Amino acid sequence: MSSTTRAPQPPLTSRTPRSPMAPPRSFLWSRGIFLTLLTVFVLVPVYVMISSSLKPLADVTGKFRWLPSGLTFRPYIDIWSTVPLARYFVNSLVVAGAATICSVIIAVFSAYAVSRYNFRGKRVFTVTVLSTQMFPGILFLLPLFLLYVNIGNATGIALFGSRGGLILTYLTFSLPFSIWMLIGYFDSVPRDLDEAALVDGCGPLGALFRIVVPAAIPGIVAVAVYAFMTAWGEVLFASVMTNDTTRTLAVGLQGYSTLNDVYWNQIMAASLVVSVPVVAGFLLLQRYLVTGLTAGAVK
Amino acid sequence: MTTTTASADTGERTVRKNSPGAARSPRRTGRIRRIGLPYLLLLPALLLELLVHLVPMVIGIVMSFKELTQFYIRDWGTAPWSGFDNYKVSLDFNAPVGDALLHSFLVTVGFTLLSVGLCWLIGTAAAVFMQDTFRGRGLLRALFLVPYALPVYAAVITWVFMFQHDNGLVNHVLHDQLHLTDKPSFWLIGDNSFVALLVVSVWKGWPFAFLIVMAGLQNIPKELYEAAALDGAGMLQQIRRITLPSLRPVNQVLILVLFLWTFNDFNTPYVLFGKAAPEAADLISVHIYQASFVTWNFGTGSAMSVLLLLFLLVVTGVYLLLTSRGRKTADV
Amino acid sequence: MRSIRAAAVGAVTMSLALAASACGGGSSTGGGSNDSPKTLTYWASNQGASIEVDKKVLQPELDKFEKQTGIKVKLEVVPWSDLLNRILTATTSGQGPDVLNIGNTWSASLQATGALLPWDAKNFEKIGGKDRFVDSALGSTGAEGKDPAAVPLYSMAYALYYNKQIFADAGIAKPPVTWDELIADGKKISAKGKSVLGAEGSNLSENIHHVFVFGKQHGADFFTPDGKADFTSDGVVAAVKQYVDLMAKDKVIPTGNAEYAQNQSVSDFAKGKQAMLLWQSAAANLKSQGMSEDQYGIAPVPVQSGTPGTGNQVNSMVAGINLAVFKNSHNLDGATKFVKFMTSDEEQKVLNTAYSSIPPVKAAQEDSAFTSPSNAVLKDTLAKSASALPQVADESQFETAVGTAVKELFADAAAGRPVTTESVKAKLQKAQQQMPTK
Repeated sequence: MSSTTRAPQPPLTSRTPRSPMAPPRSFLWSRGIFLTLLTVFVLVPVYVMISSSLKPLADVTGKFRWLPSGLTFRPYIDIWSTVPLARYFVNSLVVAGAATICSVIIAVFSAYAVSRYNFRGKRVFTVTVLSTQMFPGILFLLPLFLLYVNIGNATGIALFGSRGGLILTYLTFSLPFSIWMLIGYFDSVPRDLDEAALVDGCGPLGALFRIVVPAAIPGIVAVAVYAFMTAWGEVLFASVMTNDTTRTLAVGLQGYSTLNDVYWNQIMAASLVVSVPVVAGFLLLQRYLVTGLTAGAVK
Repeated sequence: MTTTTASADTGERTVRKNSPGAARSPRRTGRIRRIGLPYLLLLPALLLELLVHLVPMVIGIVMSFKELTQFYIRDWGTAPWSGFDNYKVSLDFNAPVGDALLHSFLVTVGFTLLSVGLCWLIGTAAAVFMQDTFRGRGLLRALFLVPYALPVYAAVITWVFMFQHDNGLVNHVLHDQLHLTDKPSFWLIGDNSFVALLVVSVWKGWPFAFLIVMAGLQNIPKELYEAAALDGAGMLQQIRRITLPSLRPVNQVLILVLFLWTFNDFNTPYVLFGKAAPEAADLISVHIYQASFVTWNFGTGSAMSVLLLLFLLVVTGVYLLLTSRGRKTADV
Repeated sequence: MRSIRAAAVGAVTMSLALAASACGGGSSTGGGSNDSPKTLTYWASNQGASIEVDKKVLQPELDKFEKQTGIKVKLEVVPWSDLLNRILTATTSGQGPDVLNIGNTWSASLQATGALLPWDAKNFEKIGGKDRFVDSALGSTGAEGKDPAAVPLYSMAYALYYNKQIFADAGIAKPPVTWDELIADGKKISAKGKSVLGAEGSNLSENIHHVFVFGKQHGADFFTPDGKADFTSDGVVAAVKQYVDLMAKDKVIPTGNAEYAQNQSVSDFAKGKQAMLLWQSAAANLKSQGMSEDQYGIAPVPVQSGTPGTGNQVNSMVAGINLAVFKNSHNLDGATKFVKFMTSDEEQKVLNTAYSSIPPVKAAQEDSAFTSPSNAVLKDTLAKSASALPQVADESQFETAVGTAVKELFADAAAGRPVTTESVKAKLQKAQQQMPTK
């Protein structure tokens, strides 16, 4: 049996009819140009940050140089002593971590309630919570801080100047967006699954934790990432509500620029060190982020 | 009778357990529990919102009716009531304070529209271009998310370093290497500061649009594209006829959220310019911060914040009205 | 079922407990008292090259104090960018330090809040009496006619620092005494390729300090005797214009300096790129940047004509740091003891030597440590030709409004836009209208 011979193929030229599904050449060209320019735009500051953090001080105080005159890891050592960076790091971790965990839990509960139940005041609740997105921070900065002080005086719970107060604040900041995203995501989990669980004898909370939450993991991860990033990077409230012991990175990094000589290489090194956990976490979880945002965004 | 008790602090509940497999639990028990449960679930969120957002906001509004300067800051309750004076001062566009506020407001509107527009354009274009798999797509996508993932101060301080007049990269490239300008420009003061602010804001913000649009694109069934391609529609036509309309619900939300966040953004201009922003880039959030914290004039600062809030409420309301009406006609 | 519910409840409780336990710091409030006689909280300002340097300078002295009195002092060094904000929050919340450093120009504004302990005759007795202190320093401790709101701690004045090598290369024999001489010298210096004079164009308080002196030299004040803002008089306009003209017309300040706000001009001087620097007590700072004392000389700040003195011959503001006590302190007695300690003759010597400032305490000033040529110029200036910034309650608004106006004028000059008497007057008018009217 001879193998089937194929009819000779005509040579591929630009006139060859392409499959209708393949993108046209013009598209490929424009894509190449656009993505290249975009990559450069995104990469240049990142390169500056990395390269400057490895430069000796002379390189960053004179005219800008693309390449370091000599690589040095000194900035990475000095940053810990110039400013108490380790303490700020720990504070930021504690504050952002606690705020994220609490925010996710509360958002899950609230989104479950809105998604699965019809009750009086549901609309009012969602509108109120979501409308807090548009509150300018400065409006309630001073009053919030006064409130914390008064609570501290009345009950002895020190909220002002403590990490707890900051945690409460940050967790509330990320709550509206988190609740809203999770509502969308929970809505996409079919009710029948809930019903089945309820029939089996689970209470509603059981249904929540056994059925809905596992199905909504990507959404929950997305919300957690968002909450963490919000808390990690917040400047305004941190600058007012912390003291020396509880200061977070956001405010602490400014300590490098108030010195008499601006140590740019140390600032870059510190910025990198501070960014690595967030960026690494973000990139690792981006898969969840994309799928997590799909349902919520489409709603 | 089953009682459902709750204590606000811990969300603890005691309910009598249902016997398993009972399809017909006593109606009353079930209904009370059903009615009570959502409110309980919402309680923590509500309490927090009250404590951190709503009550302080009300206090802030009350403060705007008082003359709260350094003399009274120790005991703000005793500050004299000034009625609508703070509002009159803020809105009197012929006087310098009101004039500065109006100028700042217009700058912020212009900045926000440009920033949101550019973020959306670049984000959508990137999402569309990256839809098909090609070599290096995963890596590129990860790289593109970096500006958004970086904490604000790390990203902005790098740009400050790059925008320096004497030693910055931007002037080095534009002036020394490409010879596009005849002398190095100022980016952190003067008129160019608006451009600098815009560049930083777009650099940081576009990946968010990219992320959202990319997620939304995944929901568009491929068959639509295939059908259109077979009908002979070109790339651009496919984008216009299929992609954009399908993305409409996503875009509506995205644009609103971006607008609100960008308009209220305090971190970016504060790290970029410090407490006193140059006129060309005087965003309203820093402007109000300066009017209250830096000059110890909290009454006026609060009044300005309330005005800002009212503006955003109006914009959001109008936006939602227009978009929901649009959705109705689109469904026809 | 129950286990899941329990787990849910447990999770919520735990996270709330976690949040609550993370609460730390902060202290309860109350009126002034002596409830905690054994501890004090002290907020120091950043006087040294870095916060760590300040801690190194102050900690041994605090240990000394603890040995003497048994009171433990908790130190926090607050950077300048934060200090006023922190004082503000402390004032508002009633929770703050017991003792703190304040910039002496803030004395009247902070006095108006009522948060600081007034130093009446009785309190002054506790620290040895008012006449221990130099008059000019006392002039910057609060509004006239009221008891001082703080006690002088370090005194500083502006001086003209000049690079000896650059001067020698340019053939300049001695430092300029008048502004015209400075501009003439500037031409010789720029011919040799060095920049002439530095300025921190984007630093609002620096701008204020200089235009205030120029104002005095033009016979004008920024405030009328009864405390009203007056920024548009001819003298003030001419003064501001003369300062900005140093960049716009005379070209002795490089345009890049319009952006400076982080003491880059001090670095430029320390690195030998720049010939002259107008700065407060820069010796310690320059040393930390590697410039030795024999590389530069110190002269009085130039005047319009003649020699420095009073009235139109003023050439520096009375710069300095004051030590204040919060009225709400829990350890008023301890705080007073601490102030006495810090203003005692020996401590004044130790601290002012470390910070290269001048003691505002008369007895300490006589010490040999402060008779070196560099300190001689500063002491002289403080004693003879320095004037205190207006001690009005609106002082911080004044700094913001006029400081910003000068920053914008520098931006204009840097961009090559014309700086005329009209444009200066317009900016100052806008600044004046932003001052509170009540």
